[in-house]
Amino acid sequence: MKALTKQASPPPPTPAGAITARGLRKAYGGKVVLDGVDLTIGEGEVFALLGPNGAGKTTTVHILSTLIPADGGTAAILGHDVRAQADAVRAVIGVTGQFAAVDNLLTGEENLLLMGRLLHLPMAERRARAANLLERFDLVEAAGQLPSTYSGGMTRRLDIAMTLMGRPRLIFLDEPTTGLDPRSRHTMWDVIRDLSADGVTILLTTQYLEEADQLADRIAVLDHGRIVAEGTPEELKQRIPGAHIRLQFADAAALNAAALALAEASRDDGDLALRIPNDGGIRSLREVLARLGDDVAVADLSIHTPDLEDVFFALTGGPAQGESQ
Amino acid sequence: MSTLTVSAQDSATMLERELKHTRRYPLLLVGSILVPVVFLLLFVYILGGPIGHGLGHVARGSYVNFLTPGILMMTVAAGTSSTAISACLDMTGGIINRLRTMAVTRGAMQTGHVGANVLRALVTTAVVTGVALLVGFRPQASVLGWLAVTGILAAFSFALAWLSVAIGLFAKTVAGANSLTLPLQFLLPFLSSAFVPADSMPAGVRWFSGHQPFTPVVDSLRGLLAGAPIGNTAYVALAWCAAIALAGYLWARAGFRRGTR
Repeated sequence: MKALTKQASPPPPTPAGAITARGLRKAYGGKVVLDGVDLTIGEGEVFALLGPNGAGKTTTVHILSTLIPADGGTAAILGHDVRAQADAVRAVIGVTGQFAAVDNLLTGEENLLLMGRLLHLPMAERRARAANLLERFDLVEAAGQLPSTYSGGMTRRLDIAMTLMGRPRLIFLDEPTTGLDPRSRHTMWDVIRDLSADGVTILLTTQYLEEADQLADRIAVLDHGRIVAEGTPEELKQRIPGAHIRLQFADAAALNAAALALAEASRDDGDLALRIPNDGGIRSLREVLARLGDDVAVADLSIHTPDLEDVFFALTGGPAQGESQ
Repeated sequence: MSTLTVSAQDSATMLERELKHTRRYPLLLVGSILVPVVFLLLFVYILGGPIGHGLGHVARGSYVNFLTPGILMMTVAAGTSSTAISACLDMTGGIINRLRTMAVTRGAMQTGHVGANVLRALVTTAVVTGVALLVGFRPQASVLGWLAVTGILAAFSFALAWLSVAIGLFAKTVAGANSLTLPLQFLLPFLSSAFVPADSMPAGVRWFSGHQPFTPVVDSLRGLLAGAPIGNTAYVALAWCAAIALAGYLWARAGFRRGTR
């Protein structure tokens, strides 16, 4: 639903797009990390790069955020080439990496003010913005303390706050919730949603399917340095067959009766269960139950829709499946 | 703003950051005072008698006058440890990647480290000079001589600072960065004329001592503090400082350009 409403109302994409990457390649000492990655991300979009460890997510972020050069391919951020116009790119992006990029010997507030000075903001603006961000990220009480006394979630919030000192138009979030407890993870999700609501373009990497599903307008699944699938969460789920309902029966007689009524079902005699391909909608559910009639007693009914987990394993399951995409 | 103004501003920001670090974590600064002070006391009160005797300076007072310039040089060298450790901490922490993805002047971080190193060296050498005065050091230098001494100490710490920044950028761990500065802190001072005159050393060591940078530095400090003529020794010392600074700068620049971890 979220994706549909988003699709109906995005700002018209600029010709350049927020991120345009073509054929990005990177190898470290003969080991191919990126093997021709194409990305097109529109302004204001939340785009998730989903993949297992070692798929090349962080390398992609490093190339797009000017940290390392690609071996091949081109990439532009809001119309600026990441190689030729690196400083122009740096002026519009913010990066929060996997590892906290805070100065551990400066207090939370000093960290923010340091960013403000490096961004050459006037002093009054530095102070106002730092105070505002401390408030927004619930760090007012911890402002005068060193990050070494912070929890993981607080450090991550300070990290994002530092990134936001420059009011970036595009933010890279490299595994923003890895290692956080569930509460901090949900706080971070809210932060990301707020940023998106402000119109900031977000490229986030994650290993968590739920996270991509919750936050992203579009998802690209990265595996072994290649994008093996791309689309809205709903589109990706539709690519995987397997939606079904499962009926459980009390005895073999009921199972047999039901199997006769529902010819398309596959049966599991050991569990006394039937598996019927079905999209899980109310109408089709009612139709199946009507065909079953009143005489067959159903002990249990469950609806199975493929989640991103199924998509993920189907797409990244093995080299053969990866190649076929 | 011109590029120069911006880069000066960024360097000043990073220098202030380093000084804040020093104030917040003064242990490294205390360490780089404590080590030379321990050596000073050790050599004056324990080893100084026989050494001074052997050198023909019978009174302890003369050996402390001989020794103190060497201890001051050692104090500067002791500062390399803090700088290499700070540079390595910056490099191995996440902060470096943040700075790399911001339009911050390249090299501002290193300039900050070097500036802070020089300022710290001036503070630590002043404190160590004070301790030396307490244990009998009696310099004869004129005001101009003191200025020259300060200038040489600053130039020497500037040179060693670039080298230690480079060490910090290349070292993989903080402990490694610290270890790599040990030859600068101890080996080179001992293989110079800091503790005993070079002509008292075995031939090979004497040759090395005569051709390494620490010897002209300590010789010119010693001459200036004694109010004695030093010939061109100070120029040799400054030439060494310039060469070390340049090599350290180029090495540090290469280290900063390397890919992220």
